[in-house]
Amino acid sequence: MSGGVNGGVTLRAAEPISRGPEWTFELIRRYDDAIGECAREFGLDTYPNQIEVITSEQMLDAYASTGLPITYPHWTHGKEFIRNEALYRKGYQGLAYEIVINSDPCIAYLMEENTITMQALVIAHACYGHNSFFKGNYLFRQWTYADAILDYLVFARNYVMKCEERYGVGAVEEVLDSCHALAPHGVDKYKRPGAKSLKDEERRQAEREENARRLFNDLWRTLPRPEAKEPEAARRPPFPAEPEENLLYFVEKYSPKLEPWQKEIVRIVRKIAQYFYPQSQTRVMNEGWACFWHYTLANRLYDKGLVDDAFMLEFLQAHTNVIAQRGFDQQGYGGLNPYALGFAMYQDLKRICEAPTAEDRQWFPEVAGTDWRQVLDFAMRNFKDESFIAQYLSPKLIRDFRFFAIADHEDEPELVVDSIHDEAGYQRVRMLLSRQYSRDYVVPDIQVANYERHGDRSLTLRHQAARNRSLREAEAEETLKHLARLWGFTVRLESVGEDGTVRNTLECRG
Amino acid sequence: MNHLIDRRLAGGNKSAVNRERFLRRYKEQIRRSVKGVAAERSITDIDKGGNVNIPARDIREPAFRHGPGGDRELVHPGNKEFTAGDTVPRPKGGAEGVGRGTEGGEGEAVDDFVFTLSREEFLDLFFEDMELPDMVRNFLGDVPERKWVRAGFRRDGSPSNLAVVRTLKQSLGRRIALAAAIREELEAARRELEEAERRSVSVLQVSMLRDRVEELERKLTRVPFLDELDLRYRNRVAVPAPVARAVMFCLMDVSASMDERKKELAKRFYTLLYLFLTRKYEQVELVFIRHTDNAEECDEDAFFHDPRTGGTVVCSALELMHRIVEERYESSDWNIYAAQASDGDAFGSDPAKSMRYLRDFLLPVARYFAYIEIPDENDSRTSTLWAAYEELAGAERNFAMRRVHGRSEIYPVFRDLFKKETA
Repeated sequence: MSGGVNGGVTLRAAEPISRGPEWTFELIRRYDDAIGECAREFGLDTYPNQIEVITSEQMLDAYASTGLPITYPHWTHGKEFIRNEALYRKGYQGLAYEIVINSDPCIAYLMEENTITMQALVIAHACYGHNSFFKGNYLFRQWTYADAILDYLVFARNYVMKCEERYGVGAVEEVLDSCHALAPHGVDKYKRPGAKSLKDEERRQAEREENARRLFNDLWRTLPRPEAKEPEAARRPPFPAEPEENLLYFVEKYSPKLEPWQKEIVRIVRKIAQYFYPQSQTRVMNEGWACFWHYTLANRLYDKGLVDDAFMLEFLQAHTNVIAQRGFDQQGYGGLNPYALGFAMYQDLKRICEAPTAEDRQWFPEVAGTDWRQVLDFAMRNFKDESFIAQYLSPKLIRDFRFFAIADHEDEPELVVDSIHDEAGYQRVRMLLSRQYSRDYVVPDIQVANYERHGDRSLTLRHQAARNRSLREAEAEETLKHLARLWGFTVRLESVGEDGTVRNTLECRG
Repeated sequence: MNHLIDRRLAGGNKSAVNRERFLRRYKEQIRRSVKGVAAERSITDIDKGGNVNIPARDIREPAFRHGPGGDRELVHPGNKEFTAGDTVPRPKGGAEGVGRGTEGGEGEAVDDFVFTLSREEFLDLFFEDMELPDMVRNFLGDVPERKWVRAGFRRDGSPSNLAVVRTLKQSLGRRIALAAAIREELEAARRELEEAERRSVSVLQVSMLRDRVEELERKLTRVPFLDELDLRYRNRVAVPAPVARAVMFCLMDVSASMDERKKELAKRFYTLLYLFLTRKYEQVELVFIRHTDNAEECDEDAFFHDPRTGGTVVCSALELMHRIVEERYESSDWNIYAAQASDGDAFGSDPAKSMRYLRDFLLPVARYFAYIEIPDENDSRTSTLWAAYEELAGAERNFAMRRVHGRSEIYPVFRDLFKKETA
């Protein structure tokens, strides 16, 4: 069990808050107060919480709308609902204990079926773990507006429904379908520069003129000028000047065919995709952080004597289930469990701070032996999965997880074990694992290369096939059809290999 | 400041609209699946919900995704014996394989997408192209009629249901019970007062006793005449309206000329009649009679799926039906419905004989007799049986007949029936 804060003596309460599994609203409130108290001791900074108790049916509803409390009506949500309901009814799948929404106040759902222990776990996990992550992590700070998201969702729902009324359910559905297909490519990874103010614009103009005046030389006028050989069209600069990776943004801004209401729908899907972007980039960090804190806070409660042994046993059972990691050859292996990896990394980081070994001092000289709370806080705020792993995955964890990397290369007849958890492999395993969490590893790199503005208005996309990984062709063609529907004119997709040659071109007429 | 909110009563079913959207979008696939399910099902089970399969690839949402091929590395946990440089044969099934874990979604996606339709949704799709009028649709989808019956009394209800006599009884009982103790005390106090007056004790004591008596009398009047507790309301509960029993005869020519298509059409026809009857009657029995050149009673499975060879003698089936009616279904106890399906082949004197038999023996006892003829496609000749039955069509009110080429033509056979019975 973890030591008390500041190593000081902890006063033990005479009685635990509750005994037995039943929960009441009064009890939830008291647990929340106690957990909040502990969280403040550790200096967690959170949004205020709004804890809502819901039924399992409502949980299924929440699942269907990807965890958002409000969404616009669409069949894909219905599909998710039907799928989850069927799985749940047959008992193939339990429901998540909790759903938490990145908003201010932070909304967390508790299910009424859970015991008080589970409710307390969920409060610690969601209302203090996830909540502080939402508030602190740089990606969330940069890309989501916690105080505005609920209002935006209400707006989106109303807008879509109004469009359905005016233009028909079918017409709206078409646009939404197409947008959903492109949603993974509807995300900004870097902030766009803000519009320049008139003053800036004027100053820039003045500087440019001044520069031209200073460099003026009448001599240039006397040089013979070559005849313009190329036709005018070829001399026109390509558009967009720089490739654009946010396809939905490009469609919204430049589609020659879309009506204003359709553009607004594109924008809605794009905004919601952007809202989820930080979550997809920080699963390991986010879940790990929440697990670390529910574990730490529950132990703190125990040390204070606020919970009894029965509570701790049930809690630990649930906790170990959540952070279980199966080996690659065990049944039910479904890849790396982000909860397991994340939790282990924060725990390990804490260990390195508190009791560093010689190896740790060599690998992490800047954190070994320092205050763990500051180190963890810094790590939570300033990284995403990719960089977090690259920065903090220690050799000890690589050994503990017995990580190994398998290389699957096109031109080799067999799979090769690239590196394992030994002295020679630590760096490489860490680098490979980190790369596995980069967005490019999952989402193909596809950008708008050219928009034939003055010609046939066709749009050309370029897929940069990193390491010669190609697209699933049939599916890519389907997706391209969706893009063509939004664009209204011919759409082309070129796959460019590592060497810069075009490997493959798909085309779809709008 | 944290808030704790109880949302459980806020009502679930937020996804109802999304579910409906989903059904709407995949109507074609779902309809195909419903058709398959309906074909396998017995007539009596048709009006249950049902599991529906849709191939998962049909509902997959496309996106740009990485395919097989190219170079990549994957990190896995749980190494036991590998060291760097070892080679592993590629698992069968392409370049995925060891990497399968990370793409766990794949395994699922191959399976069919299975889900349950509610009874209404199922019936709706089953009857879809039969062009049932909405009123009939509602009628069939409706739960059986209910009747309100008295079931004692209850403590709450609307004022109009107030049971006055019962309430006053309660009030009386309560007043007696509440007043009993006071009355006893009052009696005692009165006696004491009398005693005191008789013995002429001090004036002060007498007036005290008198006060006490008066107080008790006042107390007695404060027992309310009618209290909230006394109110009783008539209780009514809904019970399924018990209607008489019905028997439905399904008659079908099963000679070789009746192929699968015709039988499938006939099945819709029987099902529709059956569903209609189950809404109307609490108990509906089914009798299946198939005939070639002689008739026999059989179970449903044999009726639809067991082909026979032989000639066609329609009258034999009618005779058998009549015999069964006489033996088992006394027409004063049973409402008798019959539906006959045939491709109309009949030879010699059989059609005329059948017509006469029908008119003289069956129509008088049956509430309704429907005949559908399912000719070969593109066959527009009237059959001999049709020609003979035609004579009845105008004359007898409880007889309906129709030639049916496709499903949308089945309903009109029932039109008169529905009109009459639902009115």
